[in-house]
Amino acid sequence: MKTPDVTATLGDGKLQLAIYSATARLADRRREVVSLEAMPDYQQLRQHAHDIKKHTLDHLDYYLEQLERNIEARGGKVIWAKDGAEACAFIQKLARERGVKVIVKSKSMTTEEIHLNEHLEAGGIEAVETDLGEYILQLSGEKPFHIIAPALHKTIGDVSNIFERHLHSQPETSPEALTKIARIALREKFLEAGMGITGANFLVADSGAIVLVENEGNARLSSTAPKIHVAVSGIEKIIPRAQDLAVFLKLLARSATGQPLSVYTSFLAAVPGEFYLVLLDNGRTRLLADESKRQSLYCIRCGACLNNCPVYRKIGGYNYPWVYSGPIGKILTPQFMGIEHDPWLPFASSLCGACGEVCPVKIEIPRILLELRSNKVSSSPDNVELWSFKVWAWVMKHPKIYAKLASAALAAAPTDKDSFFAVGPLKNWLSQRDLPVPPAKSFRELWKKRSK
Amino acid sequence: MVRVSLFVTCVVDQVFPNVGIAMADVLGRAGCEVEFREAQTCCGQPAFNSGYRDEARTVAEHFLKTFEGAENIVVASGSCCSMISHHFAELLPGDHRVHDLEPRVWEFSQFLTNVLKVEDVGATFEGLVTYHDSCHALRELKIKDGPRKLLQNVRGLRLVEMEPAEECCGFGGTFSVKFPEISGGMARTKIEAIERTGAATVVSVDSSCLMQLQGALSRSGSKIGTMHLAEVLASK
Amino acid sequence: MTSRDQILSSARAALNRRAGDSIPPPPPVLLREGPKELLIEQFKKALEALAGKVVVVKTPAEAEVAIDNALNGRTFIRSPHEPTAATEVGITSADYALADTGSLVIFEPTLLSLLPPCHIAVIKESQIVASLDDVFRLRPLPGSMVVITGPSRTADIEMRLVRGVHGPGEIHVIIIEDVTHSDSNTSHHL
Repeated sequence: MKTPDVTATLGDGKLQLAIYSATARLADRRREVVSLEAMPDYQQLRQHAHDIKKHTLDHLDYYLEQLERNIEARGGKVIWAKDGAEACAFIQKLARERGVKVIVKSKSMTTEEIHLNEHLEAGGIEAVETDLGEYILQLSGEKPFHIIAPALHKTIGDVSNIFERHLHSQPETSPEALTKIARIALREKFLEAGMGITGANFLVADSGAIVLVENEGNARLSSTAPKIHVAVSGIEKIIPRAQDLAVFLKLLARSATGQPLSVYTSFLAAVPGEFYLVLLDNGRTRLLADESKRQSLYCIRCGACLNNCPVYRKIGGYNYPWVYSGPIGKILTPQFMGIEHDPWLPFASSLCGACGEVCPVKIEIPRILLELRSNKVSSSPDNVELWSFKVWAWVMKHPKIYAKLASAALAAAPTDKDSFFAVGPLKNWLSQRDLPVPPAKSFRELWKKRSK
Repeated sequence: MVRVSLFVTCVVDQVFPNVGIAMADVLGRAGCEVEFREAQTCCGQPAFNSGYRDEARTVAEHFLKTFEGAENIVVASGSCCSMISHHFAELLPGDHRVHDLEPRVWEFSQFLTNVLKVEDVGATFEGLVTYHDSCHALRELKIKDGPRKLLQNVRGLRLVEMEPAEECCGFGGTFSVKFPEISGGMARTKIEAIERTGAATVVSVDSSCLMQLQGALSRSGSKIGTMHLAEVLASK
Repeated sequence: MTSRDQILSSARAALNRRAGDSIPPPPPVLLREGPKELLIEQFKKALEALAGKVVVVKTPAEAEVAIDNALNGRTFIRSPHEPTAATEVGITSADYALADTGSLVIFEPTLLSLLPPCHIAVIKESQIVASLDDVFRLRPLPGSMVVITGPSRTADIEMRLVRGVHGPGEIHVIIIEDVTHSDSNTSHHL
C-alpha cells in the first residue's frame, strides 16, 4: 500500500519545532480551561452537544426546511448547492450581475473545499482572504496548514519576505509591525469590496440566523462592510435553537484555543443589505446514510483533535490529501472521496485515542477509523496481507504449532538493518529502532519448567 | 483463595517471558492461585486493528474457548485487555460468552488495585523511575493512578513524572511498520521527554510500548532501561 | 428536480424519512443559572485580563470625565453616527455585559465598535448579567447581535499575540453604578 512521503517534513527541524510548539500551546491552553476545577460540567456539556447534533442530523431534512423558512422570512435568500461547482457558479453569477470586482473573504474551510477562490480568480474577480494567516498564505500561493492556525509553519522572517515581495513593504521583525501592514492593506479592500463571503460556524434553524466566531474582526467586516453578504456552509452546521448556542459556544473556543469565548461572536438573522446563504451538500447527504459513521458530520471545526494528535504533530497539515487534515480529516476524506482515493489514510494512526478524548461533540474517531480499515479490507484487500492474516489466524487457533513457529521465527529474525533478510515489516522496524533480543525460552517453556 | 488465570499475551510469551513470570510471582505473593492455560495464544488485536475482522473473530473465539470457566483473567497488557473487554463485543455481538467474560477480565495493575485492593506489594527497587501511560490502558481502561500508587509504594523507588506522560509512544501495532518514519519520530519525541526526567528506567503496563521505547532507546545509544510494572513489583 | 429537491430527498433517503414526517422533541435546552452578586468585580477582572480597561463611576457626569480621559485628545464619533476611515475612537453603549467573560453584547451593531482602532463603551451596572446564558433567555432575540470579548487579536504569526488586527486593539468600558446593593431585593436580573 502506497504511503505518503513524509521524510522531508520529518527531517525539517525548524518545521518540526513550529508544528510541535504551536499545537502544544493550543493543547495545553485547552486542557487548562476544561479541567475539572475550571469547568466541572465539561463532560456533561460534551454529551449534551453530541446529543443535540445527533438529534439534528437524524432529522436534518426537517431542520433544513425550518432554517430556509426563517431566513426567507427575514428577507434573506437560501441557495441550495448540490456540489461545489454549483455553489461557485452561483456566487460567480451574482458577482457578475452586481458588477462586483473585489470580494473580501473571511476564513472558511468550506470555501477551500469547493476551490471557490480559484473559480473566482478564473472569472476575473479578486477574492481577498482577510484572516491574517490566510492572507499571508494567499500572497505566497500556499494552502492552510492547520484549520485554526493556518500559517503556523511560517516564521516572522518568512512573513516579512512575503509582504516585501507582494506588498512592497519594508522588512519588519516584529509581529506587531507585520500585522499593521496587513491591517492597512486589507482595510482598503474591506471598504472597496462589493461582496463579502464568509463561512458559518453554526446555522440556527429556529431563528434563520448564522453565527460567526472569530478573533480578528475580519468576519464582522466581511459580513457588514460590503453591500452583499454571502455565507457558504455545509448543511451539517445546523443546530435547532438559538439557546443551543449556550452549549456549543461554551465548548468551541475553549476546545480550539483555550479562550472561554472568541473575541467576536456574531449572531446574524435580520441584517441590512443583501444576504445569501449557500447550503452545500457536496456529498454530505451520502455520509448521512451511514448511520454508524454519521457522527463524522457533528464536527464543529475546533481543531482540538489536530492539536492533540501525535501523528498530526509530526507531519503537519500538508501531508494529508484533502483540505481537512488531522484525525477528523482521516475520517472525512475516505467518506467523501471514497476509500480508494487514499487507502492508507485510516491506517496512518496509532489509535492512541487522544482525538476522541478531546472532541467537544464526542465523535468516536478511533472507532470510525477501525471501521474504515475494515471497509478498506473488505472492498479491496491487499492479497499478500490478507493471506498472511489468514495463515496467522489459523496458527493462533493451534497453540502447539504457534508455540513452535513463534520461537523459530524469533530466533531467525535478523537484527541488523542492513541484513539481506531484513525485508518488509522487519526492514521498516529496523529502519527506526532495534529489535529486542529474543529470549532463550518463551514464557510457556519457563512455566512448564517451573511447574515441575 | 483468589483464583487467577493468566493471559500473558503473545508479546510477553515470546519476547518478554520474564514479565509473565513476574506477574505470577506478584500475584502468588498477594495470595492468588495462578494458572496458565496452555491453549492460549493471542487476543486478535493485530488482525482487528488492520481491518481483518473475520480473522480477528477466529482468534477471539479461540480465546473464549480457552478461558471458559476461568474466574479471573489477568492480562499482561492494557491494549490486549481492552481488545477483549471493549472490542470482542463488536466482533461477536450478542454472544453471551463475551457478555459473561467482560466483568472477569482485568489488566494486571487494575486487578491488584481494584480487585485485590492492594497498593503495596512489598517490593524493593532502587532508582529513579518514570511512568509511561500506555494509550489503551489510559483512555479505554481509564488506568492512570493505580500503577503510580503501586510504584510509589515500592521501597527505594523514586517516581518522577515525564512531560508529557500521556502522549503515544508511536507503536500502534502494524502502524509501527506501515508508517515507520512517523512511528520512529513519535518514539524519539517520547524519549526526549524521558531523558528530561533523568530517570534510569521507564515503566509501563504494556510490553508493546516498552518494545517500541526500548528499540528506540538502544538505537540512540541511551542507557535508559525499560521494565514492565510487573517486573518492578516482583523485585525484592 | 431542483437542487433543493435533490438535497432534501437525498437527506430523507439517508435518514429513512418522508416529507412532512414529524420529529421527536430535541434534547432539553441547557442554560446555567449564574450568580447575581459581585458582577462588576467579576466583569472588571475578566476584561482586564484581556487588556481591556474598566472604569467604574457613580454618575453620567463622571462618565463623561472618564470618556475624556480615555479619549486623550483623539478624534471620536458617538453612536448612532457612522465612523469615517479617519475616526480614531468609536463611542457606543451596549445592551448587556457578561460578567464571566468580560464581554459586551451589542444588538444591531454598527461599524462604530469595529472600524476605529479604539472602542469606548458606556454601560450601566444593571446591564451586567452573569453570562451569555442570560442573554439567551431573552424573548425575542434581536435580529442581530455581537458578543465582543476584549480587543481584536491574532496569534497567526509564530503564535505571538498581537492586538488590534482588524477590529479595535484598545477597549474601554465605563460602568455607571445604578444598583443598590443590599441583602435582598437586588433588582437587576432579567
